[in-house]
Amino acid sequence: MIDLNLIWFLLVGVLIIGYAILDGFDLGVGVIQLFTKDENERRVNVNAIGPVWDGNEVWLLTAGGALFAAFPPVYATVFSGFYLAFMLLLTALVFRAVSFEFRKYSESPKAKKRWDMAFALGSFVPALLYGVAIGNILRGLPIEIIDGKIVSSISFLGLLNSYSLLIGTLSLVLFTMHGAIYMTLKSTGSQLNKMVDWANKTWIAAVILYFISTIATFFEAGYLFYGMLKNPLFWLLFILMFAGMIYIPIGLKAKKFGWTFLSSSVMIAMMIGLMALSLFPRLVPSNIDMERFSLTIYNASSTPRTLETMLIIALIGMPVVIGYTIFIYRVFRGKVIITKDSY
Amino acid sequence: MLDLDPVLLARIQFAMTIGFHFIFPPLTIGLAWMLVIMEGLGWKKKNEIYTAIGKFFGKILGLIFAVGVATGIVMEFQFGTNWAEYSKYVGDIFGAPLAAEGIFAFFLESTFLGLYIFGRERVSKGVHWFSIFMVAVGSTISAFWILVANSWMQTPAGFIIQNGRAELTDFWAAVFNPSMVVRFFHTFLASLVAGAFFMAGVASYLILKKKESETAKKALSFSVVFGLIAAILLVFPSGHEHGKQVAHTQPEKFAAIQGLYTTQTGAPIAIFAVPFDNPPTLKAPIEIPGLLSWLAFGDVNAKVKGINEFPREEIPSLFLTFVSYHNMVLLGMYFIFLMSIASYLLYRKKLFDSKKILKILVWSIPLPLIATQLGWIAAEIGRQPWIVYKLMKTKDAVSITVGSGELLFSIILFFIIYLMLGSIFLFLLIRKIKQGPEPIKDKEAIA
Ligand code: HDD
Ligand code: HEM
Ligand code: HEM
Repeated sequence: MIDLNLIWFLLVGVLIIGYAILDGFDLGVGVIQLFTKDENERRVNVNAIGPVWDGNEVWLLTAGGALFAAFPPVYATVFSGFYLAFMLLLTALVFRAVSFEFRKYSESPKAKKRWDMAFALGSFVPALLYGVAIGNILRGLPIEIIDGKIVSSISFLGLLNSYSLLIGTLSLVLFTMHGAIYMTLKSTGSQLNKMVDWANKTWIAAVILYFISTIATFFEAGYLFYGMLKNPLFWLLFILMFAGMIYIPIGLKAKKFGWTFLSSSVMIAMMIGLMALSLFPRLVPSNIDMERFSLTIYNASSTPRTLETMLIIALIGMPVVIGYTIFIYRVFRGKVIITKDSY
Repeated sequence: MLDLDPVLLARIQFAMTIGFHFIFPPLTIGLAWMLVIMEGLGWKKKNEIYTAIGKFFGKILGLIFAVGVATGIVMEFQFGTNWAEYSKYVGDIFGAPLAAEGIFAFFLESTFLGLYIFGRERVSKGVHWFSIFMVAVGSTISAFWILVANSWMQTPAGFIIQNGRAELTDFWAAVFNPSMVVRFFHTFLASLVAGAFFMAGVASYLILKKKESETAKKALSFSVVFGLIAAILLVFPSGHEHGKQVAHTQPEKFAAIQGLYTTQTGAPIAIFAVPFDNPPTLKAPIEIPGLLSWLAFGDVNAKVKGINEFPREEIPSLFLTFVSYHNMVLLGMYFIFLMSIASYLLYRKKLFDSKKILKILVWSIPLPLIATQLGWIAAEIGRQPWIVYKLMKTKDAVSITVGSGELLFSIILFFIIYLMLGSIFLFLLIRKIKQGPEPIKDKEAIA
């Protein structure tokens, strides 16, 4: 049965996937920036994402807004529950957001270097924290419903358990790989060779981490696997994910960087898809009582009227957004050219 | 652990972060619309001077926009982190405008700003103009939706209380709630005034320092006239209509901002006074009899409710609301006055030589931003103790799982970050302004 709640589950998923694919490579380029010594290469990195990163980040803001509108208790419980971690995330995003313009208007190489660091750390921290947050949600949060009120008490240190840190490392490595592959489209010469190298190495790390994580998930959150092997949708997503994963080193070798970027996007999208499928219909599982207290797309949703109104808004707005986003990417396609307007 | 009131701390944090954020949106909105006109003239008339104005203020817009974005990200998530009970109670209605803002506005402004700043050499002149037009449209739509959300908190409509929360019954009634349209135009016009004062002040500075004076003179002439029109519209009809709306929909707030402490027919307007909260009194008032009744209800003898009509625990701080509101109005009068003089001197071709007025224009750059902050303080403090007027109290809205210690930590964190960002922003901005616009290569083409 397709109902509005399911549609909004899918739409929020699409927004999160859009964010992971688009801002994912921005974050990855930021992580690479942390290890880039050469000023020219750093400049190419910044300018490769300069014109597009803000539009990419709006996927996160819109996913947040959509979560608020469609599933308010989830927005409220998770964000207030992760309070300190969230403040850390916001700090990182604030510094990343100003680093580009501040770099451009700084004059001394030392000041420019400082803003490159702000960009790098402002990317590293979110890339890690997103995975940590996902890890914690997969394990389940201590949620109870007492007298119809949702109660949850989560401590900051409790968030830093080894399983979640593992998932955090996975997301960090995945985004770095995705960023390196993006940079193969944007850089030339020796920088291009370095990026191919980065992409290959992070790919190996990502594959290994993915398999370790899958095994760890089996022990930490085994419920996610119930019924999966009999679900045809699971196999579809899994095969696509696997195909994307396998093609990456092949594409890098054949210098088909566009296709490689497409496959790493597919890989990331399908990983999130698989996760969503195994959570469904839960949004935030409760580790106190999975059956009674989990927040699901039915007990934690807005009214049908709101979901319907929002659906109309999304159906009008998102095609337009996707249209002009494609247009902008076409304008800025190809290798980075440094001009006097550059960062 | 700590003996501080979490509600107070959450309010301090919200006031600080939104107050800092709202330094930037008015400048973004105001400058973007002015650049739409400047770039349009540069393109259609093939006039290099207008294009030089566009390039110079376009770069500054990029800098302002960046800090606006950085501080806006914090706002977007604070409803969930700090006001979780609020978010659960009104999410069915309040979430939609926030999501709509993302879909209809943020994508538009951020995507096209990239094209505007980096695309000058890459796309045709027409497409380039279209990009700044889209930035202006996007930032205005953004103001629209966030003000829908805010106005709904002031004058809620289109819902019922059911299942322990507010549920949407009529989307359009919620969007066009009783204070929405007036608040949108008032804030939009205030943003245009802020943009105009910014451009006028910067141009005056360049003329005083004799930097690219041709470009600066064009920018000054335009912004002075633009600013005069916007400032007049802001006070009348916009400010007046806004006052009437408050009188009708939030009478206790109206009594507080106007300093009317006892119900009266033929109520006077207080031009100046020193207000005291306990007991509610105005010291040393200068009043015009009957004017308040007339302004609010179009009749000098109309009865206006005073603070004495309302329960003590349901009225806001009288001092803060009165003082902020009156200073906003005072500044509004000053803006019209200053821009009238400047426009008159421009008409008499004396403006560029009157050093005094040019200096005053430079020093007036921050005043519209101060006026907008005061306006918000009047509107938001005036709504207290309600977070949603007559529906939910602010003290019931905070996240119960976030403790005083955590709040104190985040307040200090954001205070330090914003202090740092603010100083670096000012430093870079001032240095950029001092460098002045690029020289115009082809001088003959202008004459
Ligand atoms: C009247 C206008 C107005 C008001 C009251 C607010 N904002 Fe704002 N905001 C804007 C007008 C604006 C803007 C003009 O669209 C900005 C400002 C500077 C900028 O560069 O874009 C912006 C940026 C901005 C961004 C970054 C968008 C991006 O990445 O492109 C976010 C997430 C928010 N805001 C969110 C908020 C929230 C949650 C607010 C209320 C609590 C809020 N803003 C008040
Ligand atoms: C951008 C301009 C704005 C400014 C300068 C501003 C200013 C303020 C101030 C000074 C307070 C503190 C009042 C107090 O604690 O007594 C406050 C509170 C608050 N405002 Fe605004 N505000 C703005 C816009 C908004 C918008 C657009 C929204 C919602 C969409 C909003 C929602 C709130 C909330 C939730 C609180 C906290 C609860 C409260 O203390 O009332 N504000 N704001
Ligand atoms: C004679 C001049 C003015 C009048 C009569 C006037 C009237 C008002 C009133 C009644 C409110 C309160 C709305 C509420 O509490 O809900 C308000 C709010 C506000 N004012 Fe003014 N105003 C004037 C000038 C200005 C100026 C010069 C600026 C800035 C440049 C400004 C910016 C604002 C802002 C940003 C708000 C808060 C948002 C809102 O509620 O619209 N106003 N104004």
